[in-house]
Amino acid sequence: MFEHGAASQVLRRPAAKLCAGVLIVIALAAALGPEFFPIDYREPGPLQYAPPSWSHPFGTDLNGRDVFYRVLLGARVSLMVGLAGAAVSLFIGTAYGLIAGYAGGRTDHGMMRVVDILYSVPRLIFILIFINAFDGHLRAFASHMNWLWLVDYSRIVILVATLGIIEWLTMARIVRGQVLSLKERTFVQAARVLGQSHARIMLCHLLPNIFPIVIVYLTLTVPAVILDESFLSFLGLGIQPPQASWGSLLSEGAQAINPLRIYWWLLFFPAVTMSATLLALNYLGDRLRDTLDPRR
Amino acid sequence: MLRLIIRRLPALLFVLFCVVTLTFFLIRLAPGGPFDRERKIPPAIEAQLLAKYKLDGTLWEQFTGYIADVTRGDLRLSTKYRNRSVNEILAQTLPVTFTLGAVAFFLATLSGIWLGTFAAVRRDTASDRLAMAAALLGLSIPMFVIGPLLVLVFGLWLLWFPVGGWGWPSQIVLPAITLALPFAAIIARLMRTSLLEVLNQDFVRTARAKGLPNCIVIYRHALRVAILPIVTYLGPLAANLLTGSIVVETIFNIPGAGGFFVHSILNRDGFLLGGVVIVYCALLIIFNLLVDASYALLDRRIRVDV
Repeated sequence: MFEHGAASQVLRRPAAKLCAGVLIVIALAAALGPEFFPIDYREPGPLQYAPPSWSHPFGTDLNGRDVFYRVLLGARVSLMVGLAGAAVSLFIGTAYGLIAGYAGGRTDHGMMRVVDILYSVPRLIFILIFINAFDGHLRAFASHMNWLWLVDYSRIVILVATLGIIEWLTMARIVRGQVLSLKERTFVQAARVLGQSHARIMLCHLLPNIFPIVIVYLTLTVPAVILDESFLSFLGLGIQPPQASWGSLLSEGAQAINPLRIYWWLLFFPAVTMSATLLALNYLGDRLRDTLDPRR
Repeated sequence: MLRLIIRRLPALLFVLFCVVTLTFFLIRLAPGGPFDRERKIPPAIEAQLLAKYKLDGTLWEQFTGYIADVTRGDLRLSTKYRNRSVNEILAQTLPVTFTLGAVAFFLATLSGIWLGTFAAVRRDTASDRLAMAAALLGLSIPMFVIGPLLVLVFGLWLLWFPVGGWGWPSQIVLPAITLALPFAAIIARLMRTSLLEVLNQDFVRTARAKGLPNCIVIYRHALRVAILPIVTYLGPLAANLLTGSIVVETIFNIPGAGGFFVHSILNRDGFLLGGVVIVYCALLIIFNLLVDASYALLDRRIRVDV
C-alpha cells in the first residue's frame, strides 16, 4: 500500500505540504531552538509580564522568563511524550488486535467486549490516580538505584507509559478488523498448510500487511496522546514545574486572563503552537487514511 | 429490552466491582497518608483519627469493610472536609456537573448531527469542505484553549456572558459550548462518513426512484440508518464529557464534582476520590446499558443477545 506512494500522493496537496512544513519547523525548533537562547533568557529575570517585543517576541511571564523559550521547552516535552506514548499504544494495540483477530470466535468476542467496556470508562481519571500512586514510588526506587536521570524524569516516564496504556483501543480495533479479513486470504492459508506456527504467521505474514494502516493510526494517536498529556498538566497533575509542557503553560496562561489585567500572550502563543501541531497531525493522518482506505 | 438488561447485569456488576477494587488499592498505594502534616500528630490522636475514618486494621479488613459500606451506599467521610460525608458532597456537586454535562451532551449531538448531515448532503462542494475544516479545527483545539478564548472574547471584551460562576442560565452558555465543541466535531465527522455510505445504498436509490423529494429521502429514510454509529458513540461520549467537565469546571469556576476530584487527589482524600470515581463509573455503566438497549430498539436488523 505504501508502495503505491500513499505518502507522496498525500503530499501533492498544498495544504498537506503546509502541514508537513509546520510540523518540521516546530519539531526542529523544539529539538534545537532552546540551545540558542542566551543564559539570562532561560532563568527568571526582573522583567515581569513584559508584552511581546523585539527582544522577547512572545513576551515574558510572572517570573520574567522568556515565553518563547518556555514554549519551545514545552514543545520538547509535549512532542516527546506524544511520540513515546503513541509508540507504547502501537505496541499494545497491535499485539491485542492481532491476537483477537487471529484467534477469532469466543476469544475475539471477549477481547473486543473488554475494549468496548474500556471505551466507556473515564480512562483519564484512572490514569490520574495511577500516576499519583506510582510517581513517588518510582522516584524513590530511582534514587535508591542512583539513576539520577530517572529521578528528574520519573513523571514523564510514568506519563508516557500510562498514556500509551489508555490510547491503544482504537489501534486494537483497526488491527483486529484488518486481521479478520486478511487471515482468510490464500497466502495465510498457504502458510498454515505449510505447517508454520501461529506466532510465525502473525509476525511474518500478517504484521507486514497491516503495517501501513497501523502507521496511519499512529499519526492520529500522537495528537491524542499530546492532548491527554496537556489535559493532565493543565490540571496541575501532569508535568510538574520547573519542567513545562504545553498543558502547563496553557494553565498558567488561563490564570493570567482576568478582568483586571489581560496578559494575553501567555495564553495565545502556547495555544497557537499546540493547536497548529495538533491540526497538522490530524490533517495528515486523515488524508493518509483516506488515501489508503477510500471507503471511509 | 428487559431481557438484555438482566443478561448484561452480572458482567456490569463485575466491572463495577473491579472499578471499586482498583480505585481502593491505587489510592492506598500512593505514598503518604491523609493525616500527614508538617507537624507530627501525637500517636494517640492519630490512632483515634484512623479509627474514626475506619483506616485501622489490616489492608484486607479495610478493603472488605469498604466494599461492605459501598454496597450499602455509604461512601464514608471525607478526610479533608472534616465531618462532611462523601455522599453529602456528591449530593451537592453532582447535580451541577450533570446539568453542565447534559446541556453539552445535547449541544454536541444535535450540532454534530446537523453539521455532518449538512456536509454529506453537499458532498465535495465548498460548503462541505468548509464544514469539515471547521470540524478538524474543533477536534484539534483543546478545550482549555477554547475556554479561555471564549472568556476573553465574550466575557471580557464583548461582555455578553459572565466569565464564570454558577446559578444563572447565562452562566452555563460558555462552559457548555467549550465542553461540547470537540465532541460536536467528532460526531459531525462520524455522521458525514456514515451518511455518505448510506446514501449509496439501494433503498435510498429506490426512494429517489419513487420520486420522493430530496429532504424526505434524507431525513426520513437515510438518516434513520445513518444515525446508528452515532448511537454507539454516545457511551464513550458520556465518559469523555465527564472527564472534560473536570477541566471546564476549573476554567469557569463551577462548583461541580470535577473540582473536588482534582483537590481530592492533591489532598490525598481517598474516600472522596473513590466516591467520585465509583459514582461516575456506575452512572456511565447504567447509561451504556440504556444506549445498548435503545440500539436494539432502533435497528431491528440487529439482535443484541450477548
